[in-house]
Amino acid sequence: MRISLFITCYNDTLFPKTGQSVVRVLERLGHTVDFPADQTCCGQMHFNTGYQQEALPLVRRMTEVFRDAEIICAPSSSCVALIREQYQKLAESSGDASLIAAVNEFVPKVYEFSELLVQKLGVEDVGAYYPHRVTYHASCHLLRGLKAADLQLRLLRNVRAIELVPLEEMDVCCGFGGTFSIKNPDVSAAMLADKMKAVLNTRAEICTAGDNSCLMHIEGGLHRLRTGVRTVHLAEILASTEAGEP
Amino acid sequence: MTVRVADAASAAKFPILANGLVEDSQIRQNVRHATNVIQNKRARVVAEQHDWQQLRESASKIKEHTLQYLDRYLEEFESACIRAGGQVHWAIDADDANRIIVGLMQNAIEKNGWTREVIKVKTMTSDEIGLNHALKAAGIQPHETDLADMIIQLGEDKPSHIVVPALHKNRTQVREIFARKMGLPELGEKPQDLTDAARNYLRDKFEKVKIGFSGANYLIAETGGVCVVESEGNGRMCLTLPEMLITVAGIEKVIPRQQDLEVFLQLLPRSATGERMNPYNTLWTGVHEGDGPREFHIVLLDNGRSSILADKESRQTLHCIRCGACLNACPVYSRTGGHAYGSIYAGPIGAILTPQLQSMKHSQSLPFASSLCGACYEVCPVRINIPDVLLHLRGKVVERQQNSLSRGVSIEAVAMKAAAFIYAHPRLYTLGQKFARVAQKVLVRKGWIHWLPGMLGGWTAVRDVKQLPDEPFREWWAKREAAKRDEPMEKSYGG
Repeated sequence: MRISLFITCYNDTLFPKTGQSVVRVLERLGHTVDFPADQTCCGQMHFNTGYQQEALPLVRRMTEVFRDAEIICAPSSSCVALIREQYQKLAESSGDASLIAAVNEFVPKVYEFSELLVQKLGVEDVGAYYPHRVTYHASCHLLRGLKAADLQLRLLRNVRAIELVPLEEMDVCCGFGGTFSIKNPDVSAAMLADKMKAVLNTRAEICTAGDNSCLMHIEGGLHRLRTGVRTVHLAEILASTEAGEP
Repeated sequence: MTVRVADAASAAKFPILANGLVEDSQIRQNVRHATNVIQNKRARVVAEQHDWQQLRESASKIKEHTLQYLDRYLEEFESACIRAGGQVHWAIDADDANRIIVGLMQNAIEKNGWTREVIKVKTMTSDEIGLNHALKAAGIQPHETDLADMIIQLGEDKPSHIVVPALHKNRTQVREIFARKMGLPELGEKPQDLTDAARNYLRDKFEKVKIGFSGANYLIAETGGVCVVESEGNGRMCLTLPEMLITVAGIEKVIPRQQDLEVFLQLLPRSATGERMNPYNTLWTGVHEGDGPREFHIVLLDNGRSSILADKESRQTLHCIRCGACLNACPVYSRTGGHAYGSIYAGPIGAILTPQLQSMKHSQSLPFASSLCGACYEVCPVRINIPDVLLHLRGKVVERQQNSLSRGVSIEAVAMKAAAFIYAHPRLYTLGQKFARVAQKVLVRKGWIHWLPGMLGGWTAVRDVKQLPDEPFREWWAKREAAKRDEPMEKSYGG
């Protein structure tokens, strides 16, 4: 199957290893990956901060950049949730019939990485090997937006040699919330403190999730306190084999 | 119309109020404990209700339908209520409602020579309109009879939750308030001691005060009936003992038929307090000779509600049945308690309701007081998509800021416009990545950034940031593609 990767702007800039891992897993499963080079951002930051008019041209761009795609995969549930929950409404608010049509064609082609693997490709065991003690945080958009946290746990349970430790209050927000962490730094920090406490209680070496935005937040706190615990995107665990980690 | 939610117009912004509250260890402890207890109880009784999702769906549909024909149902309620012997008043805003209510009480007190006091059932709407201030200004003493509201009143505090307004106080603190205000220095700390003290204190009021005041959970259009649910029975006292009863209710409280209560009386107690049924469900229709109050007035309050009704995107805000489940589920509320919201409506529902009732003129920081985690939407018994409404209101706040020239141009707006421009031009975006990699060098220490300037400083106050990697994904991909193209050529040359 030909799969077009929407890497998302922050994964592209901050977490290239996650994108490389997605490519590695999909190619290992025998699929062809392409990367439309003109892609930038889905508009989530603008939309969620109230700059919805600024998000509209980015919606249009997304439909143009991925016009020829058959299946689109993004390793970020918050971006996929925005596309699925808001793109159609935004397009309709513009009153532009061609945009509405383009969005209607675009949206059903978009899958979050674990949705693509489990629901579209029917794979739960991607042949990964990861000999570490790991705990899993269910990001809010994955859990309540896409309702796909269970898919990620199924993928993780099939990883060989992994020691998966349940995270207390796995379903509670880590406090990132995009610009929320900037606009409400104190409350965000208070939420992070509880999430870090839960992570540390598992005595895991690694905290994983399907969203680097949450992980960047959690890791930012874990590193500040020199806890020696790091965060790794789910795709990087799934890309790991006996031959090595990405 | 001067729309007004108590003191919300003069409240400080959410991040400022929250700043002090997250550092208050007592409040953090009390709020966390109380919300955890209620949440667990709720989860237990919701799990045993097998048709929970259908009930939510029904409730949402009933509310949607009622709001669509609100004018019709309100008039139906009005005529049925009048037929049953009630008197109906319409209030456009808080001042109007207070004027009507105080006027009714003053007339009755003068005519009958009653004591200048009123006993109150728990009502958020009376807090919304600031009724107690208006009563005191007219020389009428309100007595809150709901235990938690009484704690708030005696402690000269403000409610911090829409169902359990004193949840930020623990038992020791309640004992201290009772001991001081009731003159009981020897008062014990056991729940029984505290309820006994409250009982003695309130019995006296129930016996001598002639005016009762309440809110309403539901107004039934078909019968003109009013329904109030509660846990203590003190409400029942206020609703049945006095000579005169006055009720205030937002216009969105109407439901079409008595039978619709079937849906709501299952959803509300389970969502609000984790009970299968409210211990006291009081339902009355007009007045009845020799039974209950001889005079019944209902004040139907708009106070900004019809402007919410006019907004298609956020109309669902008016579905709210004030169960407070979204507060208990909210990770933001559970870190701050209700006082951070600067309004008697706290938590996620407060974050959408207050700014709208204030015509988006105040409380502009509230739509941003959420990480959009969606826990509120998940528990809402009437399926209000609170994250969606928050986003809609964020758009309105920004639009308002951009249209107001006096405020000048904000750094945020400039940054957002610049980012939108860069994202629209992939070459600029790639250049931006390169520039950021170079620019970060002054900040990076051993692979990490520990300090960022300006607004971003809130982030690095407690978090580090990893330095940008040497190669963004797109550069890695481009190199790989180039290598793939070269590879077969090299092979053919080599062969």
